[in-house]
Amino acid sequence: MTFELFLFYLFGTTLVGSAMGVILSRNPVYAVLFLVLAFINSSFLWMLIQAEFLALLLIVVYVGAVAVLFLFVVMMMDINLAELQQGFTKYAPVGAVLGVIVLIEIGFVMMSDQITIKFNEVQEFAADYSNTEELGIELYTNYIYPFELAAIILLIAIVVAITLTMRKRPGLKVQDINKQVAVDAKDRVRIVKMEAEE
Amino acid sequence: MLDLFKNISEWFPELLQPVVYTGLKAIVLLLPLILSVAMLTYVERKVIGFMQNRVGPNRVGPRGLFQPFADVIKLLFKEVILPTNANKTLFLIAPFITLVTAFGAWAVIPLSSSYSIANVDASLLYVLALTSLGVYGIILAGWATNSKYAFLGAMRSAAQMVAYEIAMGFALIGVVMAADSLNLGKIVAAQSGGIHHWYWLWLFPLFIVYFISGIAETNRAPFDVAEGESEIVAGFHVEYSGIAFALFFLAEYANMILIAALTSLLFLGGWLSPFEGIPYIGAPSTFWLLAKMGFILFCFLWFRATFPRYRYDQIMRLGWKVFIPITLVWIAVEGIFFYFKIGPFSA
Repeated sequence: MTFELFLFYLFGTTLVGSAMGVILSRNPVYAVLFLVLAFINSSFLWMLIQAEFLALLLIVVYVGAVAVLFLFVVMMMDINLAELQQGFTKYAPVGAVLGVIVLIEIGFVMMSDQITIKFNEVQEFAADYSNTEELGIELYTNYIYPFELAAIILLIAIVVAITLTMRKRPGLKVQDINKQVAVDAKDRVRIVKMEAEE
Repeated sequence: MLDLFKNISEWFPELLQPVVYTGLKAIVLLLPLILSVAMLTYVERKVIGFMQNRVGPNRVGPRGLFQPFADVIKLLFKEVILPTNANKTLFLIAPFITLVTAFGAWAVIPLSSSYSIANVDASLLYVLALTSLGVYGIILAGWATNSKYAFLGAMRSAAQMVAYEIAMGFALIGVVMAADSLNLGKIVAAQSGGIHHWYWLWLFPLFIVYFISGIAETNRAPFDVAEGESEIVAGFHVEYSGIAFALFFLAEYANMILIAALTSLLFLGGWLSPFEGIPYIGAPSTFWLLAKMGFILFCFLWFRATFPRYRYDQIMRLGWKVFIPITLVWIAVEGIFFYFKIGPFSA
């Protein structure tokens, strides 16, 4: 067994284990932390196939931003665990059916010719090969339209999310920074000169 | 020095050789780093003391030079108190997460054109990834403590770090565009050609945004609302004592030095000399990098002694509504530079 293979099995097992932890842990904060561990381990797996740009981006985006927001929300919420567990037996069959369907789908994808071919030839790259540069060239030449389309969809999502939070309540006291900066001392303070009393 | 390490590592069995070689390189970087953290706390108290017309520490050793060591020994011997109902595991893990991410980022920081622990191709991205992990230590510490002051501090700190990371990332995009590489060594090499080729001049708004975001990212004054004593006692580490507190302290100062190193590498030409072309003093050297880092660290202390603390909503406004638009505009301006081949962007 080569060292790379050993690392692959190590990270792979930890990944599966922490993914189990996400759904099995009772404390929602632990669940999010297991999710973070799963992200980090899959990033390591990507690094093993020399996709360092994607691996680091996974950490920056998912661990550094998305999971932090998850953690925020979970910590702020007051979750009643007993209430959540009440309908377990009722929903269990539906969940099982859904799980089986997903498993079958994953099986079909893994069995398909395209995937098996790609799995069998993991390429070795030279030391000066830049993963980032190759990805950039592909994205900005061959796939420029899908890329821009994705960017526009994300931009719309940002605008919509911000608009949803912009509620105007009457009588709300908000500071207008521009007004504050534009204030002149003369408008606010009146210096009164008085004769000194004897 | 690298040859010496290579020779030492050859004494070991072949399987261990790369581990010993990298380990030696790491020790050479990390020991001075920890020592400079100790000295930085001393310098901070001295500099702020002088700025406020005080003497600063002057009791332990000559001119108080051994003060940081006295502090460390005191912290080592103090009891680590676990608050009631605190989540013990997370409470104890949190300082380690902060420390590991703070020191881990140093693995790719080059000290000269030949010396870095790991010369990674996407080293800038690696630094960004590890610094973004540091926020977990803070959130977990605040949550696991089971105290509302700690939790408020953690919330503030996390929101601040997430907000300024975006401005920081955009500032880095400008640098990467100009240098055409994510490798820190290549970014420095792209700035060679004299002081007017360094990126602080051509990317001046990005330089300012990056530097201020760096101060905010390390939760330093004037953006230190995460531990604003007047409002929430000491923020996320309010219940930490002894060595656990010392770890947070170590990580904060290691992060400060990291920001100083990154600012000098990305915008101030790293190890390049400001007198390029003049014999002897014009040669690139680690000395120049350390001098630039020292200047930036002095600025950190200077700001702390000078500016009053920002109000929390003003910090958020500055990050989201001022810095991000500035960086976006300047990236567009840089594109125009490239198009018309202005300045060093003619390549």
